[in-house]
Amino acid sequence: MTEKNNNQEKVGVYVCHCGTNISKVVDVEEVAKWAGEQPNVEVSRDYKFMCSSLGQELIEQDIKEKGLTRIVCASCSPHMHEKTFRNACERAGLNPFLFEMTNIREHDSWITDDKHAATEKAKSLVRGSIDRVVHHEPLDEIPVEINPNTLVVGGGIAGITSALELADAGYHVYLVEREPSIGGHMAQLDKTFPTLDCSACILTPKMVDVGQHDNITLLTWSEVEKVDGYLGNFTVTVRKKARFVNEEHCTGCGICIEKCPFKEVDEVFEAGMGERKVIYRPFPQAVPKYPVIDKENCVYFKTGKCKACEKFCPTEPNSIDFEQEDEMLMLDVGNIILATGYDLFDAKKIPQYGYGKLDNVFTSLEFERMVNASGPTDGKIVLRDKESKPKSVAIVHCVGSRDENYNKYCSKVCCMYSLKFAHLVHERIPDAEIYDCYIDMRTPGKGYEEFYNRLLEEGTHFIRGKVAEITDAARIPEEEGKLIVQVEDTLIGRQRRVPVDMVILSPAMEARAGSKEVSQLFKMGCDFDGFFVERHPKLDPVATMTDGIYIAGACQGPKDVPESVVQGAAAAARVAGLISRGTVMMEPVRASIDQDACSGCKICNNMCPYNAITFHEDNEVSEVITALCQGCGTCVAACPSGVITGAHFTNEQLFSQIEGILWDVRPEKTIA
Amino acid sequence: MTEQFEPVIVGFLCNWCSYRAADLAGTARIKYAPNLRSIRTMCTGRVDPQFILKALRDGADGVLVAGCHPGECHYVNGNIKATRRFVLLRKVLNQLGVEDERVQLLWASASEGIRLAEKVDEMTEALRALGPLNWEEKVLHRNNGHEAAEAIAVLEEV
Repeated sequence: MTEKNNNQEKVGVYVCHCGTNISKVVDVEEVAKWAGEQPNVEVSRDYKFMCSSLGQELIEQDIKEKGLTRIVCASCSPHMHEKTFRNACERAGLNPFLFEMTNIREHDSWITDDKHAATEKAKSLVRGSIDRVVHHEPLDEIPVEINPNTLVVGGGIAGITSALELADAGYHVYLVEREPSIGGHMAQLDKTFPTLDCSACILTPKMVDVGQHDNITLLTWSEVEKVDGYLGNFTVTVRKKARFVNEEHCTGCGICIEKCPFKEVDEVFEAGMGERKVIYRPFPQAVPKYPVIDKENCVYFKTGKCKACEKFCPTEPNSIDFEQEDEMLMLDVGNIILATGYDLFDAKKIPQYGYGKLDNVFTSLEFERMVNASGPTDGKIVLRDKESKPKSVAIVHCVGSRDENYNKYCSKVCCMYSLKFAHLVHERIPDAEIYDCYIDMRTPGKGYEEFYNRLLEEGTHFIRGKVAEITDAARIPEEEGKLIVQVEDTLIGRQRRVPVDMVILSPAMEARAGSKEVSQLFKMGCDFDGFFVERHPKLDPVATMTDGIYIAGACQGPKDVPESVVQGAAAAARVAGLISRGTVMMEPVRASIDQDACSGCKICNNMCPYNAITFHEDNEVSEVITALCQGCGTCVAACPSGVITGAHFTNEQLFSQIEGILWDVRPEKTIA
Repeated sequence: MTEQFEPVIVGFLCNWCSYRAADLAGTARIKYAPNLRSIRTMCTGRVDPQFILKALRDGADGVLVAGCHPGECHYVNGNIKATRRFVLLRKVLNQLGVEDERVQLLWASASEGIRLAEKVDEMTEALRALGPLNWEEKVLHRNNGHEAAEAIAVLEEV
């Protein structure tokens, strides 16, 4: 079939050495020579680096001089250089889709040392491409207009940065945050390392900017429920949860909060260390300033009596609205930036560390709230009784990080904030003994190592070793009433029992609970640990595999504030680039239905995950809406009449490729 | 037998997960059997049962279909649709005498190069033990040749 119908095509085959990456295992000269003898092949060459400008020129020259109509390049993965070679074809006047790439590096030379087998495998893969490419058809990329509005999900420092960058560039942003205020984890922190800036002092001006920006629509106490569409044209459904406070009338005076007679433990912002009223704002500088009624705990909602907030609300008309309901908003946006942040590892999962059982074992976030001047203890470092000052404190690194049982990865920021804790204890309680138990001290970053050196001079006792246990079971009189940290000091090679008054655990940064569901909602990927997957770990860290969806901050992996800011800004820059282009070109890998041959069985209609296939009742045939089609090809495989064509992945192309890669084993009879 | 039988396996790998898993296996220099000959499709949902039949008829000793884990499909649920077809096809192939080991489905995400490599090794070993498929003899002439050929004709129309 291949040979008969397409004798007119002139194929050029180019086999790359990739330095020695391919040629060390695959006999590239032999493959090129052999390829030259295959049907339809006009030219076949091997070259040191096909992706170099000289390699590309070789292709361009042959297209022009020898009139090649199809190109095959056997080199690396198409995910690496398909674009490069398509561009080369285009420059020489050949439609870029008349090119096919053969992966003889990642799928061949790198996976085996068997030269003979690798060379034979390369031949079959190349033959598959040759037989496929003759059936390629010229295709035009599909222009897609970019809606200039952007959705940013998550109002932590990464999301705030993205939103402000885009808004300042003149583009409209919808910033969706599920908590009542933006600010994220950074708003909970006291000081930031290594400069010891007050976190709120540097963050709150940015929060205010977001709240006041003409180009930002701030939607707090809101969650994304549904995402439809594709790059340039997403429609996002957002649930704006009922606040029971009318944002139009409320002035944020806070009298309702003052008058509310009921308190609850604040598990979110205060990390369980403090209380808040039932009508509340998470913290005084919250943006927006409007409070929220915690419906579950509100006495009026439970018993029908109270309404203190309504009674004392001074605005006219009254801002309290017990009848308020969730609102569903439909937002049209061109791009989406996810900056959903992280969760702290639950230290209760490591029972031997005693968190939750031993009163004076704290988590990092609890300690952050404690040392914060506006926190539940007004910045005083005290034990759980909220009175006594600890005379000795142990700080435990790598709680749930670098641990085969919990998270294998390093959470990256814990060493630095643990050092910061040691410094803050020193500062507030100068005579306290501080023990810092670490596995390895990891302080890469501008000014970070210097901060560590400073701590070394402040008199903190550093113990290199993983803490085995924290217990209150005393063995000697000096341990009575203390917490005993059992740790192997690997630098002196001895087990130590360190009695202290207070222990601070530095738990891992983990992906948000539910990050998998979020990744499905936005149709992009998350890794085994639940962190969102970037398009390329080094060269494309804020884009995802899904066009138009970007990621920033700790939702991609553990990160400190400056790194989150960098990613937030980077994602905004990527989006701004697309908006300013206005139109982008999309791969024409799309399905289409032959209207004359369609039997109208509707089987394909239910196959499409994007509802891109509509059925015309009048002439009883189905049609693919090109703009909605993403090109998966599921309908193509399902069509019982075989009349759906998947561009660039047609049956003819794939059947020919199957025949080609099996060229050496095909039984005589099946060869046409 | 001095020379060991080297089975030919055709792999249909989805563009987003398993093709990238194979890329990663290479990048990480994981060594595995060079017996897999891969074909990239955008989604396992594109893998028409005819592709698998075609590969077996054209000399492959086994076929591996590999895609994203359920729930992680780039196209929402193309892999689920692929599974439905796959299960049905394998039942039919079973009746024609094609062993389960020859036709395998794997979920391998872009980060699971090792998983893909292990699967190829495992399949290669299993197929070495089973020997060549020999579709012509085994499937077309094993029972009543006429009957089986008819079955294939029917299959290919689906």
